[in-house]
Amino acid sequence: MSAVMGSGTPLVQPVTAISKPAGARLIVEQASYAYSATDRSAPKFTLGPASFEAHPRELVAILGPNASGKSTLLTLLAGLHRPLSGRIEVDGTEVSLLDLRTRAQRIALVQQESELLFPLRVWEYVLQGRYPYGRRLRFESEEDCLFAGNALAQVGADKLRDRWMDQLSGGEKQRVILARALAQQPSLLLLDEPTQHLDIGGKVELLRRLRRLADESRYTVLVVTHELNLAAEFSDRIVLLHKGKCLRVGTPAEVYERALLEDVFEAPLEVEMRAGGRPRVILRGNY
Amino acid sequence: MRPLTSRRVLWICAVLCAVLLLAVVIALRMGAYSIAVGDIVMTLVNGALGRRERIPSEFWLVVFGLRLPRIALGILVGAALSTAGAGFQALLRNPLADPYVLGVSSGAALGAILSLIAAPHTPGAIQATAFAGALATIAAVYFLGRRGGQIDSATLLLAGIVTASFLSAVIMFLMTTLSGRDLRGMAFWLMGDLASPPAVDLRWLYFLLIVGVGSMYTTASDLNLILTGEQEARHLGVNVSRVKLVVYVAASVLTGLAVSVSGAIGYVGLLVPHLMRMIFGSDYRLLIPASAIGGAILIVIADTLARTVVAPTELPVGAMTALAGAPVFIYLMRRRVR
Repeated sequence: MSAVMGSGTPLVQPVTAISKPAGARLIVEQASYAYSATDRSAPKFTLGPASFEAHPRELVAILGPNASGKSTLLTLLAGLHRPLSGRIEVDGTEVSLLDLRTRAQRIALVQQESELLFPLRVWEYVLQGRYPYGRRLRFESEEDCLFAGNALAQVGADKLRDRWMDQLSGGEKQRVILARALAQQPSLLLLDEPTQHLDIGGKVELLRRLRRLADESRYTVLVVTHELNLAAEFSDRIVLLHKGKCLRVGTPAEVYERALLEDVFEAPLEVEMRAGGRPRVILRGNY
Repeated sequence: MRPLTSRRVLWICAVLCAVLLLAVVIALRMGAYSIAVGDIVMTLVNGALGRRERIPSEFWLVVFGLRLPRIALGILVGAALSTAGAGFQALLRNPLADPYVLGVSSGAALGAILSLIAAPHTPGAIQATAFAGALATIAAVYFLGRRGGQIDSATLLLAGIVTASFLSAVIMFLMTTLSGRDLRGMAFWLMGDLASPPAVDLRWLYFLLIVGVGSMYTTASDLNLILTGEQEARHLGVNVSRVKLVVYVAASVLTGLAVSVSGAIGYVGLLVPHLMRMIFGSDYRLLIPASAIGGAILIVIADTLARTVVAPTELPVGAMTALAGAPVFIYLMRRRVR
């Protein structure tokens, strides 16, 4: 990882006042799920039994073509749905059994942000991450501000705090959304296609940041992404899904097999093994 | 970073209450029988202390008999409509939502017109049937607007709009059967009017208002999150379906309460929450109480204008709320755009 991380200025500001989160141990065992349009109709989409684990300081990428079940898996991990069979545990507790606030204190899910109805400043947005710790009407405490400020510093968005959310660029917005998730002080960080609207520079920067959050702050990070090469570069483990089935789990080198990827993504691909054991995927042939 | 504090909320509410008090004094002063401000203050203070013998009888009649009940009704209606508007805007995630968008006012109007036809000239009948019509509409729209057992904002909005237009059609049809006098009464009712005192003790209505606004206020910090997206709110630990149910019922009952005593006064529920948002920001922990007091201020001013500008004739207060509110709204909106 050091080859990737070595260059550039430090991304995370040192913050000493606040204890670092202990990463979570995530165990997914034979978890499956099915959607149906109504209670009685046949399932429209089925996610077959999936099993894998993620540990503190690990970055796990969930890969697969569209409609392979990546986002469904992520909602199961986030505890929004209960698996039909099997179990999903975070630090020994079944996630779907956690009450809403406890769950939000342990697991943060970063999705593409919805359109804001009314203007909001960046710091107000990030402070929302403190919601799981407040009581019904409690107004934010100094401690909440400290955590929110720290979260902004962790993503290098200190200077954005007084800006309006709707005036941020795509990359800035993504950092602020990540900061709100960090303000939740989760141990498990789930991200649903966070690189979707970013240019290549933004994508690399975001993945570097996530890698650092795992390495230095002991988060357990799971990322759903379409970026095969970035996933290979930055993740410790890959979960490959296809048509609702968990095809393979392993290190990038174990999962990135030419025949397997070509079959899953239905494209002519070439897999190169680079020094350091990290594969790279390129398109094969002339077009 | 300066997060909202309870002290700031209290301060702003205190200032708004002072403005409301000023508006009330002005409203008490204005009218066919003009009373000096000093006399109004003296009358109010002595009235509050229970020293009726020190108040000249004509002051007592004008202040406590005529103007104050009407002002108290206006405060109730303005607070209820504005709070309901703020609630519906968050619930439906739509800045154009107002208290009437889901058809509560049409249901109330149908109740009112049915009572005009079935039992004309029965005291309190219009208000009772209007409130019953509002409650029936609230229930009907709730069951039509559910999806998978929960309130779905888009479905609820569609169900409400369709219900409202269906009820309006029925009202139009029934209005053709009304006699000339009832028709005029109904037209005023449809535009909104504070002239007829409610048949129920105002204290009961205020009790309902406090319960409605209070229960909506318990969801204020949840609404802040729901405004940034329901999914996100759910991830952050908000029980979204419970919050939506509370807000729907509270906002609808507040609307029904206001409409059944005063008819469908327009614009307050749309304008005031936006005005308050432009001045104080969109944090619902401040927006809900600010909207309630702001709505009361607007109605008190508008009603004073409605009964004085073309005296002795009265304009419907609904027309005045738009006349008084829209220019302020446009000014603030343009200032923000720049």
